[in-house]
Amino acid sequence: MSESTTKAAPANPREAPETPPAIVVRGLEKSFGEVQAVRGVDFEVATGEVFGFLGPNGAGKTTTINMCCTLTKPSGGTATVAGHDVVRERDDVRRNIGLVFQETTLDGYLTAEQNLRLHAELYGVQSSLVPARMQQVMEMVGLWERRASPVRTFSGGMKRRLEIARGLMHSPRVLFLDEPTIGLDPQTRRSIWSYIRTLKESEEITIFMTTHYMDEAEWCDRIAIMDRGVIVALDSPEALKAQVGADRIRIETEDDQAAIASLAERFEIDATISEGAVIFRIPSGESFVPRLFQELGVPIRSVSVSRPTLDDVFMSYTGSSIRDVEESGASDRNKMMMQVMSGGGRR
Amino acid sequence: MSTTADPRPTVSADPGPPREIVRVSVPRRSFASELRAIKIVWKRELIRYRSDRIRIATTLVQPLLFLFVLGSGLQTLSAASTHGVNLKTFIYPGILCISVMFTAMFSAASIVWDREFGFLREMMVAPVRRSSIVIGKCLGGATVASFQGVIVLCLAGAVHVPYAPTLILGVFVLQVLLAFAITAFGVMVAARITQMQSFMGVMQMVVMPMFFISGALFPVAGLPGWLAVLNRLDPLTYAVDPMRRLVFSHLHVSAAASRVLDPGVTWWGWHVPALLEAGIIVALGLVMLSIAIWEFSASD
Repeated sequence: MSESTTKAAPANPREAPETPPAIVVRGLEKSFGEVQAVRGVDFEVATGEVFGFLGPNGAGKTTTINMCCTLTKPSGGTATVAGHDVVRERDDVRRNIGLVFQETTLDGYLTAEQNLRLHAELYGVQSSLVPARMQQVMEMVGLWERRASPVRTFSGGMKRRLEIARGLMHSPRVLFLDEPTIGLDPQTRRSIWSYIRTLKESEEITIFMTTHYMDEAEWCDRIAIMDRGVIVALDSPEALKAQVGADRIRIETEDDQAAIASLAERFEIDATISEGAVIFRIPSGESFVPRLFQELGVPIRSVSVSRPTLDDVFMSYTGSSIRDVEESGASDRNKMMMQVMSGGGRR
Repeated sequence: MSTTADPRPTVSADPGPPREIVRVSVPRRSFASELRAIKIVWKRELIRYRSDRIRIATTLVQPLLFLFVLGSGLQTLSAASTHGVNLKTFIYPGILCISVMFTAMFSAASIVWDREFGFLREMMVAPVRRSSIVIGKCLGGATVASFQGVIVLCLAGAVHVPYAPTLILGVFVLQVLLAFAITAFGVMVAARITQMQSFMGVMQMVVMPMFFISGALFPVAGLPGWLAVLNRLDPLTYAVDPMRRLVFSHLHVSAAASRVLDPGVTWWGWHVPALLEAGIIVALGLVMLSIAIWEFSASD
């Protein structure tokens, strides 16, 4: 990720010669009345990095991204994007960032080309460069052939790709993507990601994105796991997974409670129920499975063993799977979970 | 999600031969860049109007309906008291105004749609002043509404209003001012009202009484006291009246007909000059534009 940083320097002569981080966030907070949506987050994003914010809905990801791209005023703390303060130098930040929102912000009555041209005019892009730039960004997302079609005839995936193209129209230094693949089918999601990766290679750009799909976070250079307004872990996906270490075993049994009791008693394993199955963690899981069948004493219907995933990372930091958090909402915050959380928050 | 079939994006089809990246940059804000923003927001209104065939059709049909159906229908009732002046000629300025007002209102309503469909956000996050967006929007809406006025102007001959250059030019300028003021009013309301139904409700509640009270359909002299007061307070009065004066100054009608049908607006017996009336429309338009700018600048 750092190879491209040296090349990025001449993009803006006003900047210092050594490339500063694209985003610096210090103690950022946001409250909406009584509700503390973001409770003091700190992070830095290096120039040229693909940085992901991962967490369940309502974890504060969108609020954080909105503060970074000047849409929401922070209640406390500071954020600097492309070298400019998001509150004091709002316009300078806006000139240097591209935005792709969760909801579409295209004009369906205009053609794809008209949407992009309008964007270029609003941002004051040099007129002589607009046609070439437009062709480039539209070819990148595979929509050049459809440039003359009204956007309302586009599918959800095509609209999202066009929005990414539009976000790039003015050569931003940082591209913000808020849930860029939400509501899209897996194939389209994959293609959006391949565009994002291509983008990272071809343009000297920093990408900051949020997602609540665990599998997507793996595409990022580094990810911050966010839960209930704080960052609970921040590292590369590989490093985060390595921290968890142990394999994950998921069993379906005739009697889950008895299975948990038996696991605790005979193997001293702490198991939990998640998504309708008993889940626990153990090093070298495959060799444990035969013992499990012999000694558990509860009929087992199925077993699966998996290497650590980011979902496990999330679970190890927050005590629950991301889907459980989304389903239960804020209702069952037991004390243990809070302890795990605050423990995990100190890195 | 849209319903159309998506030609599957071929996953990283072919990056092709490595090409030079076209790099552009966004200059700092300047007067020129604000003008450019105003221009593109204005242009977008025109593009949208042009691509909306149904809207063009309704803009053509609506004044015909008002002028010929309403005008001809009422004519049978009122032939005696119009001193030989065709009623359609009398209500022509009022019909022109209401056509322009409706179109201006719909133009302003597009800001509510823009918010609902998210496009407003795209404009609000651009590195330009909010005032440029609002001014562009008002000018665009006013331009589209003025087309409507021009269509009605073309129909002048059909209701015995002569195509005299001074008359046409005068009415044209007045309807442009009205179009601008009403769009500014609509945008001001749209800054606060975020739901289409409520917006349309508010606009109907304002526009219809304004129309009925303004004297678009009746002479403004000899009204009952309460109606006279309301009439003088109605901004639309000051758009209809100068237009009617222009029309009557080009008609060959008896002095009695002029006295009855075109008495002119008075304040405590003083005849308000046409220029002052036009000035009132401009001033109101500017005040509402300022409020709209202030509202949009204050919002997050």
